[in-house]
Amino acid sequence: MSGQTVPADFSGHMLDLDEDEDLEVFSKNTSLADGSPMPNSPSSMVNQYRLEEDEEEEQQQDADTKDIFITVDNPESHVTAIETFIMYRVLTKTTRSEFDSSEYEVRRRYQDFLWLRSRLEENHPTLIVHPLPEKFVMKGMVERFNDDFIETRRKALHRFLNKISEHPILSYSQHFKVFLTAQELTSHKKQGPGFLSRMGETVRAVANSVRGLRNRPEEFTLMQEYVEDFSNKICSVDKVTQRIIKEQREYLDELKQYGPTYTQWAGSEEDLAEPLKGVARCVEGCSKETEEQIQHLSEVLVPALHEYVLCAETLKAVMRRRDNIQAEFEAKNEALASRKPENQEALQEEVDGLADRVELANNALKGDWSRWQKGMRTDLKSAFISTAEKNVDYYEKCLAVWESFLLSQRVEPSEQRDGEDVS
Amino acid sequence: MAEDGKGEPVATDDDSEHLAVDGSSNNTMVEESCTLLRRMEICVAEAEKRSGKNAVNMQETFTVYLIETRPMDAVAEGRNPAPDSLWRRYSEFELLRSYLVVTYPYIVVPPLPEKRAEFVWHKLSADNMDPDFVERRRVGLENFLLRVASHPVLSNDKILYHFLTEEHGWKEVVYETGFQAKADSRLRALSATFRVRNTDKRFMDMKHYSDELQSHTSQLLRARARVADRLYGVFKVHGNYGRVFSEWSAIEKEMGDGLQSAGHHMDAYAASIDDILEEEEHYADQLKEYLFYAEALRAVCRKHELTQFELEMASQDLISKKQQREELATGCERFSFKGMTNKLFGQEAPEQREARLKLLEELIAEGEEAVKEKTVECEEHVERAWVDMQRFEEQKDKDLREALINYAVMQISMCKKGIQVWSNAKECFLKM
Repeated sequence: MSGQTVPADFSGHMLDLDEDEDLEVFSKNTSLADGSPMPNSPSSMVNQYRLEEDEEEEQQQDADTKDIFITVDNPESHVTAIETFIMYRVLTKTTRSEFDSSEYEVRRRYQDFLWLRSRLEENHPTLIVHPLPEKFVMKGMVERFNDDFIETRRKALHRFLNKISEHPILSYSQHFKVFLTAQELTSHKKQGPGFLSRMGETVRAVANSVRGLRNRPEEFTLMQEYVEDFSNKICSVDKVTQRIIKEQREYLDELKQYGPTYTQWAGSEEDLAEPLKGVARCVEGCSKETEEQIQHLSEVLVPALHEYVLCAETLKAVMRRRDNIQAEFEAKNEALASRKPENQEALQEEVDGLADRVELANNALKGDWSRWQKGMRTDLKSAFISTAEKNVDYYEKCLAVWESFLLSQRVEPSEQRDGEDVS
Repeated sequence: MAEDGKGEPVATDDDSEHLAVDGSSNNTMVEESCTLLRRMEICVAEAEKRSGKNAVNMQETFTVYLIETRPMDAVAEGRNPAPDSLWRRYSEFELLRSYLVVTYPYIVVPPLPEKRAEFVWHKLSADNMDPDFVERRRVGLENFLLRVASHPVLSNDKILYHFLTEEHGWKEVVYETGFQAKADSRLRALSATFRVRNTDKRFMDMKHYSDELQSHTSQLLRARARVADRLYGVFKVHGNYGRVFSEWSAIEKEMGDGLQSAGHHMDAYAASIDDILEEEEHYADQLKEYLFYAEALRAVCRKHELTQFELEMASQDLISKKQQREELATGCERFSFKGMTNKLFGQEAPEQREARLKLLEELIAEGEEAVKEKTVECEEHVERAWVDMQRFEEQKDKDLREALINYAVMQISMCKKGIQVWSNAKECFLKM
């Protein structure tokens, strides 16, 4: 089977309008020479030892050829008789020909994002679909309509849509287009594999996993191991970061008590009052910087790490689904071997179909795997760099505060001792 | 703060060797004196653990400190003679200080370093045997000796000189001065409450100030210890990054090296806090010195109250005696016991009256002497104490300002380290 139509929809048994349109959309794009990492053959798939230069070139080209811009903003409270929820504005600007217009503005709620993501996962079970922010914040149960929570969620939703729009396959999904353009989403939500069919798939999946895989290819075993390890590590980094924020907050609280002790003392002093107040001001200044630094951690590093904690779970699910697809094929293949000749032909066709499905699934995953790793590296690298930069900035600002105090005392900052002493 | 071996320059430089050999109580106040420190280099060089039997014949471990002295002129001439040295333990320093406090009640006597570690943040050991505590105490004891030896009045004291130069028999000499008796009564007096009518306002203000100083410095020290504790936590948690990054780097291809080296910097960051906080303890010690100084200042003010009170009591007593004489002389005794008995048992004989008058005259003469003495004592105390309190205030402002500046320098150093570490980490992340 040629690799040309590779990452097309292959959920197999259910063919409906969405999937046909996906196919069409995709085939248009294979003619575009935009250098995006479309896997051509299994052998050119993710080679973990691939050279850096190619990947960076591709990223550059992606940036240049970006033809769709999405923002999520303007959260507004919606009150109905039954419930209250938040609606976000989703603004799309695009030059893509598939879109009738160049600008769209719709309102979406969190549930709508969930719908979109589940459709994408259904249609592309072994592609790595970026995760959504969680439904609730478990730890320290925050009220759903707390401003910080809404803002954090809004940012994550914005990132989600942008990640999807950057994905060479997912961004051309019909569901994605509908999500971005349809004023009313409810009618579209009703289409697609029903609940029962989804149930059926799950049951089969469980049955297959019980059987166990006969022959998982080495590379997927390695991938599986990596995913496990990565999940552990990223969770640890996330925990450490949360702990740092906690300690910083406690430090800040004490600083806020500490500064005023100098001011209070200054009240009973004469000559000493001025330097005491100077130190109080310095401590105050450092408190402000500490506050900013904590904020930066919370706004930059924590969300990035958290995203990849969720990604790790997504990866695990993708690995499971790939395994299930292979398991299904293996099951039918075995049945073929033991079946009576009367059903041979039909069964053979079925098995062939499943074999293709396995190959498609594997290729899709391999292709997306390298893409995901690149993205992870870029995202986390940038978050860590930003954090390090902020910390340097924090110390530079505190340094300036203390140096200005020294200057006010008419001491050169470079002097270690009071140089006036003549013994 | 006095540096090791070098004396604090006293108001004016006086090269003449006016050495007051008699160093005890009737010291004349010399404003510009050649202090002991100018003639002798003093330091507390070492600390050592010893064991021995204590007063109740129980085995105990204690620390002794080596006091080394060298004549200053030898040092100045470039000769390097071996120092004279002797060992003293903390309790002997305490004895010396008690003696000085009792003998010079008008001097704000420098305090000793704390007996037990206070204002500790959790990592700092509160154990008296802990080497860091012992080291800081050594520095504190040296500082005490330097302060005393550079004081215009205290430095001339003979007991001090013996403390520094004669290892054996010093304790006996101290006790022979009889200061102990005065020490006990002083203690009682200081804690007693009494009402004084005419106090010098300056002294009352100073007493009020000493309370403020004590309260403010202790609040500051407490808050600082809590900040130190928290800061320690922040730095140490970053050490976890080191461990996790290292483990993570093992499963990554391109990111591995960057992560690993960034992890090393996180470890270094976590380790750096120990030295930073150790240095800050010196700052805390400088503040503590003045926390304890506040008490010494207060004691001088209280002594003023006490002498003033005693003067008033003596004056009162004299007045009432004179009044009695008046009444006896004019023959009309008002409400007195004698008057009552007279009425009950009849007038007394003229001889008896004569005897009583004579006794009264004697008592009045004594009383007048007492009042004169007390007045002198009071005035002298006020005069001398005021001078020393001024000196103290100047010293305090200078020392504490310097301490604050040093604190700022410490903070700057810490910031520079932080900039270094995170710049390095950033370089590593760039290589990811």
